[in-house]
Amino acid sequence: MKTEAVLDVSGLPHYAYGQRSILWWGTLGFCLIEGTAFALALVAYFYLRGKTETWPPGGIKPPDLFWGTLNTVILLASCIPNRWVKAAAEREQLGPVRLWLVVCLVFGLAFNAVRGFEFCVLNVHWDTDAYGSIVWCLMFLHTTHIVTDVADTAVLTALMMTSLARGSRFVDVSENAFYWYFVVLTWLPIYAVVYLVPRWL
Amino acid sequence: MTDGNAIAERVELERLAQSWAPPRGWIGWLSAADHKTIGIRYLVTGFAFFALAGLLAMLMRLQLARPENTLIGPDFYDEVFSTHGTVMMFLFAVPIAQGFAVYLVPLMIGAREIAFPRLNAFSYWLYLFGGLMIVAAFAINVGPDAGWFAYVPLTEQAYTPSKRADIWAQMITFTEVSALAVAVQLIVTIFKLRAPGMSLNRMPLFVWGSLVVAFMVVFAMPAIMLASSALIADRLVNTRFFDTHRGGDTLLYQHLFWFFGHPEVYIIFLPGAGFVSSIVATFARRPVFGYVPMVASLIVTGFLAFGLWVHHMFVTGIPQLGAAFFTAASMMVAIPSGVQIFCWLATLWDGRLVYSTALLFCLGFIPIFVLGGLTGVMVASVPIDMQVHDTYFVVAHLHYVLIGGFLFPLFGAFYYWLPKISGRLLNETAGRWHFWLLFIGFNVTFFPMHWLGLAGMPRRVYTYPDGIGWSGMNLLASIGAAIIAISIVMFLANLAWSLRRGATAGDNPWGAGTLEWATASPPPAYNFAAPPIVAGREPLWVEPDVQRVATGLRSDIREVLVTHLLDASPDHRYPFPDPSIWPLLAALATTGMFIGSIFTPWAIPIGALPMLVTFTGWFWPKSPEPEGGR
Repeated sequence: MKTEAVLDVSGLPHYAYGQRSILWWGTLGFCLIEGTAFALALVAYFYLRGKTETWPPGGIKPPDLFWGTLNTVILLASCIPNRWVKAAAEREQLGPVRLWLVVCLVFGLAFNAVRGFEFCVLNVHWDTDAYGSIVWCLMFLHTTHIVTDVADTAVLTALMMTSLARGSRFVDVSENAFYWYFVVLTWLPIYAVVYLVPRWL
Repeated sequence: MTDGNAIAERVELERLAQSWAPPRGWIGWLSAADHKTIGIRYLVTGFAFFALAGLLAMLMRLQLARPENTLIGPDFYDEVFSTHGTVMMFLFAVPIAQGFAVYLVPLMIGAREIAFPRLNAFSYWLYLFGGLMIVAAFAINVGPDAGWFAYVPLTEQAYTPSKRADIWAQMITFTEVSALAVAVQLIVTIFKLRAPGMSLNRMPLFVWGSLVVAFMVVFAMPAIMLASSALIADRLVNTRFFDTHRGGDTLLYQHLFWFFGHPEVYIIFLPGAGFVSSIVATFARRPVFGYVPMVASLIVTGFLAFGLWVHHMFVTGIPQLGAAFFTAASMMVAIPSGVQIFCWLATLWDGRLVYSTALLFCLGFIPIFVLGGLTGVMVASVPIDMQVHDTYFVVAHLHYVLIGGFLFPLFGAFYYWLPKISGRLLNETAGRWHFWLLFIGFNVTFFPMHWLGLAGMPRRVYTYPDGIGWSGMNLLASIGAAIIAISIVMFLANLAWSLRRGATAGDNPWGAGTLEWATASPPPAYNFAAPPIVAGREPLWVEPDVQRVATGLRSDIREVLVTHLLDASPDHRYPFPDPSIWPLLAALATTGMFIGSIFTPWAIPIGALPMLVTFTGWFWPKSPEPEGGR
């Protein structure tokens, strides 16, 4: 078949940010998958709750509020440097990107450390009963996310310290920040369910 | 065209071929990430699992051919039917459909590669390793033996002390991680890599089907991963999710399983529908009647499929109102399927039919699937379901739906697209024998099962007594199964012969209208020398003589044209990374963690380290960015 060139795309850029980028859509896809898993685990929590008379059952104390609430504050506060790193990445300013990545990383290490204390004051073991199992399940699911997100960010920070840090690597930084928001936002319903539902509902 | 132009063009093609050339040597073979290579690997692996699960089915039919048979005992029979179902659903149907989509979607939308090709390779390896694990487990007699759904409490530690249930649960993890990653790749490919001009309303119906299925995978498969993870946690670290003495609930497992399990039926059927739409249009020599209602039906099916799961649980004593709601929803899903059937019939009615083997398989699909759909409407009704639940009536129903809705279109797809994949046509005479043997064998096998079910024969029994009237029909079903086996052997023989000696296919042997036929058979590594520009739903029928193209993509690196979501107007030229060995290493590390966690929870933190190393190796850029910028 004869071909006829009618369009020249050689002048187009070779990467773009946000929903123009395939990376953004890939990240969104994995957010949908993980978000579905969180939502189903929350449904399972309420399903199990509907099967017992009292909640938490059998005189178990609800999780202590202090560490979990502190961590909610740290997670929300990390959105500020995260916003700045995203903005700096999209302006392709290497200095600020490096700075705010390191700050994000510090926040990340902090909320992972505090998560350790949270596990100590859940006041129930996973093998005590189904309530304990589903509480640990929700906490574990979210913890895998903050651990992997910090590991990702650490690798990315290292990468951005090298001479490879240019061009579409800034898109990587921007999408990493997008995923960070997802990890923070999914914590809010989990916090509400694990810490507040046994007290207030 | 002048000589100078011709030479320049040849140089350009050579450079393209060089940039997109697959890596060499056996490490190169293990590093391959071309969507066509990975797609073919999916097809071959999927078919091997189909043959394996088919042999298990033959074994069952052999055992049931006569009453009180002693060929295999009850324990082994449990393992055989569980492995048959598990392999067919998780290792054959979904992966082979995804394999076709991985191979075809980029070609159909005029793209050079799938989005995230290395993730694609990673997905394939995980699928392969998960599949090999279950085969190895079966071989050493620790295969799953509690049905393809592994219900609790039977699979809890107290009733299944061996590792059978854990192996089943981790097989789920392998295959679902793989399927989920492929779903994301397909969604992004379809959204962002379509050739200029292929707006959403010009996408081939097969691509629409793949898109809807990918979204269904995204929302359905997390449910079964949650269920199987909770199961393995109950067994390994004594969580109490399903332990009724400690506040757990066995029905929670069923809800989670069927929230995945019912959409799974449509995850399997909709790719079949996509095959049928492509084949029917080509051999009726006209576009499928009712493009908009067809697309709407796919999407509506995708939504309704999530509202039916409780109809698998009518006998568990759920509240009556719930049962009534799910009856209504289950009957409603027949509507979009019916719309599709009528659109295909209208297409055939109006077309000038070419009776190829591929079309025969589609014509065979219609009555079988309609029968399966009608018995589906029957069992959607609670009183009928109560009567026939766990009988052979349901076995008949599900095989009419799955074999009719998927296997027939799948074989049609093999006859239709293998010429594109291999460059050679399959033998049509042998194809017709294959079709008629399968069609007759299928009906002889499964039609009597309706009757057996109504006569009260339960599923999953390894034998039955003589003299209660089941013997004749069982023997008939076993004879049918033998006919099916012969038809499959015919297909394999045809395949072996045609791949060597078959007639050369050429670019477009069927005179089809979609873009995969605009390139060579088999397609070059870069798919299209220049991105085609699309002017209609069947681009090759709209503009049969001249291919309008976009130029300006670089040929010295792997560059792909990214377009806008709705109208597919060009946006940017994105350089794809070269294939590497890291996805395989990452898949091996992940496999280590998954298999380790069958035995100890410590496999998770310890196994995370090699994963971190391999994923970092994968992510780390091998070469600096090309010049250019945004």
